[in-house]
Amino acid sequence: MAGAATEIDSAQAWGGGWRSPFNVSYGKLMMWFFLISDGLTFGGLLTALGFAKFANPETAGSWPMGEEVFTHIPFSHGHNPLLYVAFMTFILIVSSVTMVLAVEAGHRMDKKKVIFWMLLTVVGGLIFLFSQVWEWSTFIAGYDGDLSTWADNATLLHSPYGGEFATEMHHGHEVKVMVSQGPTLYANFFFFITGFHGFHVFTGVLFNALVLRNVIRGVYHKRGHYEMVEKVGLYWHFVDLVWVFVFTFFYLV
Amino acid sequence: MERDDIVEYSLHAHHSDEDGKKIRKKIWIVTAILSIITIIEVGVGIALPKAEVSTGLWTAIKYGYILLTLVKAGYIVMVFMHLGDEVRTLRRMILWPYAIFILYLIFICLTEASSVHNYWSSFH
Repeated sequence: MAGAATEIDSAQAWGGGWRSPFNVSYGKLMMWFFLISDGLTFGGLLTALGFAKFANPETAGSWPMGEEVFTHIPFSHGHNPLLYVAFMTFILIVSSVTMVLAVEAGHRMDKKKVIFWMLLTVVGGLIFLFSQVWEWSTFIAGYDGDLSTWADNATLLHSPYGGEFATEMHHGHEVKVMVSQGPTLYANFFFFITGFHGFHVFTGVLFNALVLRNVIRGVYHKRGHYEMVEKVGLYWHFVDLVWVFVFTFFYLV
Repeated sequence: MERDDIVEYSLHAHHSDEDGKKIRKKIWIVTAILSIITIIEVGVGIALPKAEVSTGLWTAIKYGYILLTLVKAGYIVMVFMHLGDEVRTLRRMILWPYAIFILYLIFICLTEASSVHNYWSSFH
């Protein structure tokens, strides 16, 4: 058909014949593209944290030291730097491992193992989320939950670190009220970045649960491959990857 | 209509039980490495807090943390996300633009931060 206009063929749209030069499916490539852009967002946020830390001479003096950011553990009033956050890190690494084991089982078309490992991944994600809820609530309302969040109505403006309390009576109740505050700028970055990461964990758990449901229903077994498990797996590993950096730049450095 | 010219890449990803054993072994080794690195980081953080070490030692610890973080990130991306098993073109297309962007951003932001710091300090 010389001279006829050729329609663009979606199977050959990459050019260079039928095969993609990247040798991966469209869906997986697009997941990687998304992760690159999401990674740039987190990279930008953490770089902005560094800018704020080093630019302001007044802020830098009161900037919390990594190990001292969160020193509580449940059921103990002791001073335990890093332990709780290390636990959260470990949970996320383990759930990343169970995810990659689910992907491996998928490559062998072992449906039962995929279900088992994905279930553990979802449970790990939930444990992380609830751990973060406890961490945030400790920051906001104090370890004993008696720090006033309504008397001054400005909790998030206060720092999770530093600041002093005074005990006051409000309508017959004894509450702790903040009389001085730690570095507000630090608190803003802390809650925004760990919150943004926590939101990623939340959506990751949601996607994992939805894919797990499809695995149980046999959708991917009928399809002949478990690539969808691999794709949500990429997202889940990315969430773990971001936490590795958040851990370093908030809790260590 | 059945298309015989669409390449289904996902079907190439299957592997046998013997390969599975090797892959699982690798996964557990990487798990051990990631756990050990995290334990080292936490141990150093508890034993040598910033307030109690000299400035020089703290600088070394700080860059040590960042180095260990990059090692962990490398294992996660290359093994858990299977980027090490993908074709070289894909690996480079993902890593290089990202690295160039972020290294530039870090450089320009920290340079600017230091300049702003000096300027503000000059008012005191």
